[in-house]
Amino acid sequence: MSSRNIILQRLRNRTGGELTAPECDFSVLKRPDWSTAERIERFEKMIESVHGEVHHCTADTWIERLAEVLNTRGARNLMIPKQHAIGQAIKASERTDLPELLLYDEPIESWQPYLFNEVDASITSTRGGIAETGSLILWPTPDEPRLMSLVPPVHIAVLNASEIYTTFHEAMLAQDWASGMPTNALLISGPSKTADIEQTLAYGVHGPKELIVLVIE
Amino acid sequence: MSETIAKAHPHVDVKEFHPRAHAAIHNPKIRQNFRKAMDGLMAKRTAAFEGWDLETLRDLGANIRMKALSNLPDLLEQLEQKLTENGIKVHWAVDGDEACRIVRDICVARDAKTVIKGKSMVSEEMELNHYLQDQGIEALESDLGEYIVQLADETPSHIIMPAIHKNTGEISELMHEKTGTDLSNDVEYLTASARQQLREKFMNADVGVSGVNFAVAETGTLCLVENEGNGRMTTTVPPCHIAVTGIEKVVPSLEDVSALLALLTRSATGQHITTYFNMISSPRKGEELDGPEEVHVVLVDNGRSSIYQDDELLDTLRCIRCGACMNHCPVYTRVGGHTYGTTYPGPIGKILMPHLIGLDEGRHLPTASSLCGACGEVCPVKIPIPDLLVRLRQESVDGDRLHPAKVRGHGAKRSTSEALVWKGWAWMHASPGIYRLGTGVAAKFRALQPSKAGAWTDYRTAPKLAAKTLHQRMKERGQ
Ligand code: SF4
Repeated sequence: MSSRNIILQRLRNRTGGELTAPECDFSVLKRPDWSTAERIERFEKMIESVHGEVHHCTADTWIERLAEVLNTRGARNLMIPKQHAIGQAIKASERTDLPELLLYDEPIESWQPYLFNEVDASITSTRGGIAETGSLILWPTPDEPRLMSLVPPVHIAVLNASEIYTTFHEAMLAQDWASGMPTNALLISGPSKTADIEQTLAYGVHGPKELIVLVIE
Repeated sequence: MSETIAKAHPHVDVKEFHPRAHAAIHNPKIRQNFRKAMDGLMAKRTAAFEGWDLETLRDLGANIRMKALSNLPDLLEQLEQKLTENGIKVHWAVDGDEACRIVRDICVARDAKTVIKGKSMVSEEMELNHYLQDQGIEALESDLGEYIVQLADETPSHIIMPAIHKNTGEISELMHEKTGTDLSNDVEYLTASARQQLREKFMNADVGVSGVNFAVAETGTLCLVENEGNGRMTTTVPPCHIAVTGIEKVVPSLEDVSALLALLTRSATGQHITTYFNMISSPRKGEELDGPEEVHVVLVDNGRSSIYQDDELLDTLRCIRCGACMNHCPVYTRVGGHTYGTTYPGPIGKILMPHLIGLDEGRHLPTASSLCGACGEVCPVKIPIPDLLVRLRQESVDGDRLHPAKVRGHGAKRSTSEALVWKGWAWMHASPGIYRLGTGVAAKFRALQPSKAGAWTDYRTAPKLAAKTLHQRMKERGQ
């Protein structure tokens, strides 16, 4: 008999007999009904408490803010999505104070060392945020691949204030995740960190050292 | 069918618990490292649950895990079906050795020489690293704590913070000696050095091996909780990803995950959420430009289906591996993780390991507890750990005639003289005349009572019998 069938059979022929499933009441996960302003405030407080940085912008000011953020860090380049409106807008702005713009438009195998060693910053969209834990929701796509939010030392994320949910539970139900998940879905709450050396926090251990959120209000 | 068999740590005799405990207690460095860390973790956990109805949340956690277990075989089949539909290959392993062979076969088929690993306690249980090394495949840990432990050729001393037993100075020396970094107490520098060393490895690794925190049956999704990003690297950069997981990790729905996640990270490290919550549902597909072309899941039984048979022991399988029980354990805090000599230390180890290695081998584990109850009070899925410890203690001496012992190796601690004493005790208590006579005689000759009573009096004075029995006193009071 295959290992699969051995295991399943042992579980099915349980000597203790059939088990009954208890009721699960999820109402304890409900948080107060925060207003949009309160959700933004909570999101900001939580993500800043783990070293994330929040900038409040509008649809008109975010690119200017982006340029400032990059310039203060001396970033030599910025990786942008090719098709997403964010990438389009950055390109169309034709600002001269932006660093060199890069696209992630080839399979990673052909240029991996460049991504790992030369890219200073990336910008991606988000599918919303979570106020309660200060988290960003990302579903990477061919336009914004998985490593874009992981490998460059600075990750900048654009978040629409109107898309901040109260809890993860609420967000996954509202966006109906159960009907189909992407290859990879992520919650990102702050820059990469570790406390593995004597409980001392250090940032950027494997992923970005900095996470910057541009909240568009 | 091969019975389960996780080993204890290589070259470590689990039975030698007492000498190791003795040594650890007299090692101020170990005690300091653990005390400091555990105090911090306890305070952070309390703060993270502020404003929550924690009791109700823990009830929900326990119910979700019970719901999953009550339907385990069907859920596993559903998970298998969904994962397969999503393009993920599913493998089943009866024990750790079979799981190791499955991983090796996947590596061999791809001609893989190097494996990079994310944190996985099941792979520790399998002793995968040693196995792969013996097969000529390099397996490198990438979680910083695991990396440090691997450099030192040790095993994790905590399931969440593997290198918690070491302080910065010790880690600096270790990295200096093994990797040539400068001696420094600057944690930033040490971390940055490890980042540099490991980035190269990520780029060149042929296979990434990770654990799984939750496997969602409804969507065929593997969920991984982490702070460093090494888990994301492991599951995204190499062309092949193998996830190893215990069969009990499956949950019915994504909704269940949202509640368990809220409990897990707060219980573990007092974080409201970890930096990354990574949900993987398929290999690279269509136009996607990164991610592994192959994803495999190895569903590992290794003793779990035996635990599953018994209504009481079953609760052990609710565990979500948060580590809160060890953080709050007065014994763990004093003796440290390595004293146990097992893959899982602390309270969860004491109730889980006897099933994996047998109660004969693990005979001292259930007794390494004061039964203070702290573990049961903090467990986010309400596992009655103290009750399970008592049950295992009974099984280790075959002490309950009405309920025959079930755990492999039960009765290993039974001694005929002890059994006889208890038999006499029961007989005496069942016959009032003899009881009065016995206690009366004992009170009269109390001066002859020995002042030593084995290990009990190593650190305590022996209890003294009263000059008069309770019966005599009551009589004097005319009642
Ligand atoms: S037994 Fe409970 S407290 Fe201990 S690791 Fe498992 S879930 Fe956490």
